[in-house]
Amino acid sequence: MNRNRRLAFGRHLVLVMGAGFVIVPFLWMFTTSLQTRAETYTNTSILPTSWHWENYVHAWQAAPFTQYYLNSVIMAVGIVAGHLVLDALAAYAFARLEFPWKNAIFVILLAALMVPTFVTIIPAYAIVADLGWIDSYAGLIVPRLADVFGIILLRQYFASIPLELEDAARIDGCSRIGTFLRIIVPLSTPAFATLGIFSFLFAWNDFLWPLLVTNTDEVRTIQIGLSSFVGRYGTSWNYLMAGTLTATIPSIVVFLLFQRALVRGIASTGLKD
Amino acid sequence: MTVTRPTRPGRVSVPDGTSPSHRSRASRRQPRYEREQVLTAALFLCPALAVIGVFVLYPIVSAGYISLTSWNGFDQVKEFIGLENYARLVEDPEFWNSLLVTCIYAVGVCVLSVASGLTIALLLDAPLRGLGFYRGVYFLPAVTSSVAAAIVWKYMLDPAGFVNAILAQVGIAGPNWLQDRWLALGALTLLTVWKNLGFNAVLYLTALQALPQGVFEAAQLDGANMTQRLRFLTIPLLAPMTFFVVVQALITSFQAFDLVYVLTGGGPQGGTEVLGMFMYREAFRLGDFGYGTAIAFITLFLVLGVTLVQWRASGSGRSSLR
Repeated sequence: MNRNRRLAFGRHLVLVMGAGFVIVPFLWMFTTSLQTRAETYTNTSILPTSWHWENYVHAWQAAPFTQYYLNSVIMAVGIVAGHLVLDALAAYAFARLEFPWKNAIFVILLAALMVPTFVTIIPAYAIVADLGWIDSYAGLIVPRLADVFGIILLRQYFASIPLELEDAARIDGCSRIGTFLRIIVPLSTPAFATLGIFSFLFAWNDFLWPLLVTNTDEVRTIQIGLSSFVGRYGTSWNYLMAGTLTATIPSIVVFLLFQRALVRGIASTGLKD
Repeated sequence: MTVTRPTRPGRVSVPDGTSPSHRSRASRRQPRYEREQVLTAALFLCPALAVIGVFVLYPIVSAGYISLTSWNGFDQVKEFIGLENYARLVEDPEFWNSLLVTCIYAVGVCVLSVASGLTIALLLDAPLRGLGFYRGVYFLPAVTSSVAAAIVWKYMLDPAGFVNAILAQVGIAGPNWLQDRWLALGALTLLTVWKNLGFNAVLYLTALQALPQGVFEAAQLDGANMTQRLRFLTIPLLAPMTFFVVVQALITSFQAFDLVYVLTGGGPQGGTEVLGMFMYREAFRLGDFGYGTAIAFITLFLVLGVTLVQWRASGSGRSSLR
């Protein structure tokens, strides 16, 4: 008993130290965001010593953050909706239908997964430029409306649903699309939740593609806005940290709300964004 | 988004669902596919395949060609120059520097990811008060954007920042972290490991919880102490997952960009110029799309190499990983 207690204490000790290493940057960001500019250069406390909440207002007004935020929301909603609908349709075809070249198409999609973004990004940029989509929501959203990962994730889940359920509905006269919408989709809520969270975090945190296809503040996303904010307000640490924290909140909220689905998803797929 | 569901040839054919045996046996003269199914499949696949085809599959093919041209991204004509871009790479000291930096970075990230992920998972793998709390905390960096994470680290490592302020309190004059090429690369490595810690810990935790308990009980009865069980049972049994984590870490490192762009911008003096950064600079800053694409293909070769090794090895590791 005593030994067990010592062991648990040791585990807590290491875990707390690790957690400290992980959490300190967040605490420092929060503390700094509340300080005056002079304090940011002199104060080493990791706990807040002053509470200048107005920094958040100033930071927000120093750059078009409202616009950045709105753009990120629009892009994230578009991409998440696209993934949920387009990936699900394709996944159903792969899970339940027989058609020519099915395996060949699936293998090609899997192979495409291994190709680094760097390879496709230059031609994809050229295509978007040809379409006249540079600096538009279309350029941000359309190229990422569907993704292979989502198709694989949902296909696996759909395939695990007993075929009998669908057969019964079909015998009762339900159409193919009807069985998809009324049987497969409602039964797959957990898979949709996992995919939705991954897609949201991917879209909200994405950097390279929005960096390339946006030129003006009208369509820049929060991540791009934030990185350019560093250049303009590099010495106002308090504003910088207030802005950074504000941009991080949506990811953290989504994470806290859907922690279980996210962790389950990673455990079963080995994905990271 | 990086996905590394190990792709194995044997798992690709889909023996599930809708190919009931009665159809294949019933009559060989009938067409193999049902019209209704083929039409529905076409309808369902069309939108996703259109997007992926135009913005992923075609670009892969197109990139192969662009890397053989001297295209600047604007001209209508892409002048074909054969393998000249690749020949130029071989003679470009910046490329060799970038490759070296990428490899050192990748190895560092690998080693530290395995060590930290395994340690945290081992500590979390048993009933403990506050498990959910720890898991939440360790995961926080993984859901934070690379930009935000790199900004915070950049300012903590500033000469007037938090890290040096703490060092000063114990009487150490801290260096200018991001102005020294090795310290900057070290900071970048630590930042990457910090960001992926929760992810790796969850992977290891999943593997740990799937281990057969009987072996451990037997070993305990035979008098093996905790260190021995860890050394001779847990770590060998986890080898397939370690392999997976290593492959993951390598692939992520080869494709690093966001963190580097914000933390150091590739500096100082190319000290953190990973391949992604090098490609970005050549293609989008200097307008050399042909050369940039050739660099991108180097990352593809690196990833393919690692995947190939994974494929070979998964023959032996498969049973215990699944």
